[in-house]
Amino acid sequence: MNPEIKKNSIIRLFNVSKRYNGKFALKDINLDIEQGEFIFISGPSGAGKSTLLKVLYLAEKVSEGQILIDGMNLARISASRLPLLRRRFGMVFQDFKLIPNRTVYENVALVLEAAGEKPGYIRKKVMQVLRTTEMDKKAKSLPPALSGGEQQRVAVARALVGEPSIILADEPTGSLDAKSAQAVLDFIMEYHKKGATVLIASHNLHLLESSVRGRNIEITEGIIKRTATML
Amino acid sequence: MSPFIKKALTDIRLNRFLNLVTIFTISLSILVVSVFLLFFENAGRVIEAWNQGGRAMIYLKDDFTMDMLPELKERINGLGNVQGLVFISKDEALDRLKKEISSSSFLKTLQGNPLPDALEIKMKSYNSLEEVEAFAEKIKAIEIVEDVEYGQGWLGKFLKIFNLFKITGYAMCGLFFLVALFITSNTVRLAFYSRKLEVEVMRLVGATETFIKAPFYVEGLLQGFIGGILGLVILLITYLMFSSGMTQGVSSYIYFDIRFLSMKTIGLIIFVSTFLGWFGCYLSLKQILR
Ligand SMILES: Nc1ncnc2c1ncn2[C@@H]1O[C@H](COP(=O)(O)OP(=O)(O)O)[C@@H](O)[C@H]1O
Ligand SMILES: [Mg+2]
Repeated sequence: MNPEIKKNSIIRLFNVSKRYNGKFALKDINLDIEQGEFIFISGPSGAGKSTLLKVLYLAEKVSEGQILIDGMNLARISASRLPLLRRRFGMVFQDFKLIPNRTVYENVALVLEAAGEKPGYIRKKVMQVLRTTEMDKKAKSLPPALSGGEQQRVAVARALVGEPSIILADEPTGSLDAKSAQAVLDFIMEYHKKGATVLIASHNLHLLESSVRGRNIEITEGIIKRTATML
Repeated sequence: MSPFIKKALTDIRLNRFLNLVTIFTISLSILVVSVFLLFFENAGRVIEAWNQGGRAMIYLKDDFTMDMLPELKERINGLGNVQGLVFISKDEALDRLKKEISSSSFLKTLQGNPLPDALEIKMKSYNSLEEVEAFAEKIKAIEIVEDVEYGQGWLGKFLKIFNLFKITGYAMCGLFFLVALFITSNTVRLAFYSRKLEVEVMRLVGATETFIKAPFYVEGLLQGFIGGILGLVILLITYLMFSSGMTQGVSSYIYFDIRFLSMKTIGLIIFVSTFLGWFGCYLSLKQILR
């Protein structure tokens, strides 16, 4: 790897390793991601893709190395400032992580409530995002009553509603049929066009073909095996 | 409505059973406590009425001589809160007694005067029997004073029983307070675990710990508040039923004047039960969140 210093880098990893019980999930990762880049992280199951995303929003701490997010050193972030870091990210989780006894609307609104936005703005913004992800008709539904594709669209809406500068999506199309998968991908792509940095982790290489131009980072056993530019 | 209160109400609705159990436990505890308070308030009022407003007799030892009187008066006046101080010599007392029971042959056979010299004292202001008691203790500390009596002799005995009741009452109140506290904190713990995913999601989307804890606190406060009101309402209904039954039956020949709790006490009870909800929440969250 040759991490040449880019002007607008928003995410930088220096010799990052992550071990679980002594076993490497990530090993000596160096990465420099520019603002507005589209990154597709591929690799077989167990390669460390999820771990790579998790260390970025501090769901996990690195064992070695340093991570800079927009100039902030993650190792130096205090507990009180952690929420501020997390608000820069919009996360789409593999298992959706929707709260089952809260409506679609409440699930999405939670992000803005947590950020202390005004009720009027929250109402407007949530409905707007639900319209873009075509879930506005189901705003009052509870997640368990929705199909997998619909749940994932809610999850995407929740990731986008706070207008984060970075989107992290872990297997966003994992369990979806081709049509739902494409729809979810399109919503993320649409948001990317507005200037957001996007990192999608997936073992499904078919997604690559339908992605926009960007960078494909392939990891195997915690090591970056190959980096390619997608055209 | 504040989003926190809205959220807490939703949570209470979602965890209906658990919350009902908690609210009932709190209201039961409050009921027990307020029954005691009702008893104390009324008993205290009755005792004070008997005591006729801060009057006491100071009995002096045999070796008292009149030349000690100015200094003694000065000392007692120095304690403050004294409105009137009248000396009644043993002779005077005997005269009074003779006047009161002149027909009795018993006094005629009496050798000498068995009565002590005394001072009748009236306190300037007094709010409770405790105050009179405390004042009496201060006077008793003076060497020449043999005893201080504030009220009829049986009042003292009654007071002893009353105080015993009071101690039992305090113990019961404390016990129920602990039970309610335990139940409340347990509810919060269960509520927290039942919302583990929600808490996790909130953290991941950048909610502060304050934001995460707030609904639990609001819920605890609401539980305490509602439980307190409910306990008082049950007491009030019981009281009304009881007192209307009394007017029909017994009270035609026995004058019973049981009053409901004063506004001050009602306010205190609601405050304490609300605090209970908050404190239970505080304890369990402190334990759960490191
Ligand atoms: N919480 C954990 N505890 C222990 N081992 C873990 C944990 N999370 C991931 N791992 C291990 O780290 C490696 C990488 O996992 P992960 O990042 O989930 O892979 P991927 O997302 O590419 O499938 C795997 O070997 C996995 O077993
Ligand atoms: Mg994974």
